[in-house]
Amino acid sequence: MEIRVQDIRKEFSRYPALNDVSLDIRSGELIALLGPSGSGKTTLLRLIAGLETPTSGRIFFGDEDASFKSVQERNVGFVFQAYALFRNMTVLENISFGLKVRPRATRPPAAEIRRRAMELLDLVQLSGLHNRYPQQLSGGQRQRVALARALAIEPRVLLLDEPFGALDAMVRKELRKWLRDIHDRTGHTTVFVTHDQEEALELANRLVVMSQGKIEQVGTPDEVYDRPANPFVFGFIGESSSLPVTVENHELWVGGRAIGLPAPHEATGQAQLYFRPHDVELVEDGAALAGVVAASRRVGGTRRVELEVGGYPERIEIDLPFDHPAGEKTRIAFRPKRWRVFEGAKT
Amino acid sequence: MYEQDVAVYDSRPSPEPAYKHARPTTERTWIKWTLIGIAVAFMALIILLPLVIVFVEAFRKGVETYFKSFNDPKSLAAIQLTLTVAAISVPLNLVFGVAAAWCVAKYEFWGKSFLITLIDLPFSVSPVVSGLVYVLLFGAQGWFGPFLKANGIEIIFAVPGIVLATIFVTFPFIARELIPLMQDQGTGDEEAAISLGATGWQTFWRVTLPNIKWGLLYGVLLCNARAMGEFGAVSVVSGHIRGKTNTMPLDIEILYNEYNFTAAFAMASLLAALALVTLLFKTILEFRFGDELAGTRRH
Repeated sequence: MEIRVQDIRKEFSRYPALNDVSLDIRSGELIALLGPSGSGKTTLLRLIAGLETPTSGRIFFGDEDASFKSVQERNVGFVFQAYALFRNMTVLENISFGLKVRPRATRPPAAEIRRRAMELLDLVQLSGLHNRYPQQLSGGQRQRVALARALAIEPRVLLLDEPFGALDAMVRKELRKWLRDIHDRTGHTTVFVTHDQEEALELANRLVVMSQGKIEQVGTPDEVYDRPANPFVFGFIGESSSLPVTVENHELWVGGRAIGLPAPHEATGQAQLYFRPHDVELVEDGAALAGVVAASRRVGGTRRVELEVGGYPERIEIDLPFDHPAGEKTRIAFRPKRWRVFEGAKT
Repeated sequence: MYEQDVAVYDSRPSPEPAYKHARPTTERTWIKWTLIGIAVAFMALIILLPLVIVFVEAFRKGVETYFKSFNDPKSLAAIQLTLTVAAISVPLNLVFGVAAAWCVAKYEFWGKSFLITLIDLPFSVSPVVSGLVYVLLFGAQGWFGPFLKANGIEIIFAVPGIVLATIFVTFPFIARELIPLMQDQGTGDEEAAISLGATGWQTFWRVTLPNIKWGLLYGVLLCNARAMGEFGAVSVVSGHIRGKTNTMPLDIEILYNEYNFTAAFAMASLLAALALVTLLFKTILEFRFGDELAGTRRH
């Protein structure tokens, strides 16, 4: 199911949570809404589900205008952050709920409902736990029941709100792989909300990076990581270091010295240089960024070095292999291998 | 001295202090027992003794006299009326209470805190006043008096008035019990149910009601106890016609004023027994489903 979000605006008591957001979701893709808290990602998901009504704008499911359809009519599978399992029902009853509440005309016979629920239980690898109550399950198991329950109604689209937010790191990693697997097998169009960029980068076909009620960038994980559209995305996705620079003669300058990075398309004046801390090369001579080592600590397999560059008050971080001899030096000269320059002073 | 100075550096297990088991929040022994003594004496004098007296007085002239006092048709009528009034007002308050709690807990709207205050009004206003209000509304000289008289409807000094007064007085019990519980449970389960295609009605019966059932039962018990025991408001609207508009509490007063102590206490013992049964159920509920009553545990 293709979903088109068109100029959606949502205000909560005059405060805009979403500002004219438009987004095309392709059929069968696994797409992540990623952003810091308050960016409007959950609001967007709930608007697609019909759990909120937009202040203005439209939402299309395929060619059908779903903007004013009720939640029930939209037929979406929604997985809630806190699972929202029915605590008075067993796992099996939870999963079959959506089929049992159908009007008689479209309700499958009881045996069929049971068979389908057991099948889904098998899909989420919880066979044998059908008589348990939600309180008797671990967090990861509850999450899987919630997903099976959402899948039971054969939804047109699967919506997940911070699906792994309440789980510990190990379970989270495992469930991530498993969700990817389920998506590949069932082929549902899936939208999930997360604030965990690693989760988004690993799981999604495409990312929607949001901040302050706006979409900052939409693209594949590689596009977003390699070619961030603006300073916010660069800073939010992955590790980043940034430094104010001057553009002059189509070159970047720091503290009155050229640093050996060309800037053929940027206008002369103030600019901001962004690069990944691990994406740097050390240089022995020639134009480079030179910094005094202010601090250095080992983080697992790398050594993170904080440098003071060109009298700039904030320290710049670069990563070296933990046993690299340069880690012992007091001055390091380096050049980013890949970088981005955004014109204008830092905002 | 020695211990204070060296203990920090000493790696050997430190000598066990004499006060090891005393928790820091505990008082000294004599203070503790004095306080407990005062509390127990107070409880015995104010609460336990009166309860015992009710039963002692009821059975003072023997078991036979005790049961004979219920043979009086007027007393039987009082018992019947009390049960009838409770049977009408408790279910009505159950519906009102659930509706009010639903409204307050699941929706945001203008004037919500005013509504909550209004629900509490019967707790803060004197029952006599609430009875009087109904007399002013529906009594012969009241606002609707002439209209009611013209249509032959009796409210004051009749059963409808007693039911109205009882509903008013017992209104908060169920709503107050459910509001915090439902607020704590939030709307997540309901959202899940409708996202799975359930209608509002199905959501209420299959999801919301099971989530609040023990809290609801608890509220009904308290509501029922009060409905049967209410004196003040009912007294104003009833008219005290023995055998017709007298409930059990009113009957007790009349019997007592007539110096018919055994009958008065016999009737009182019934009400007290009812209270004890309510307490028992309440305790069982609290023991068994305490977490669902207080709503402290989620999912």
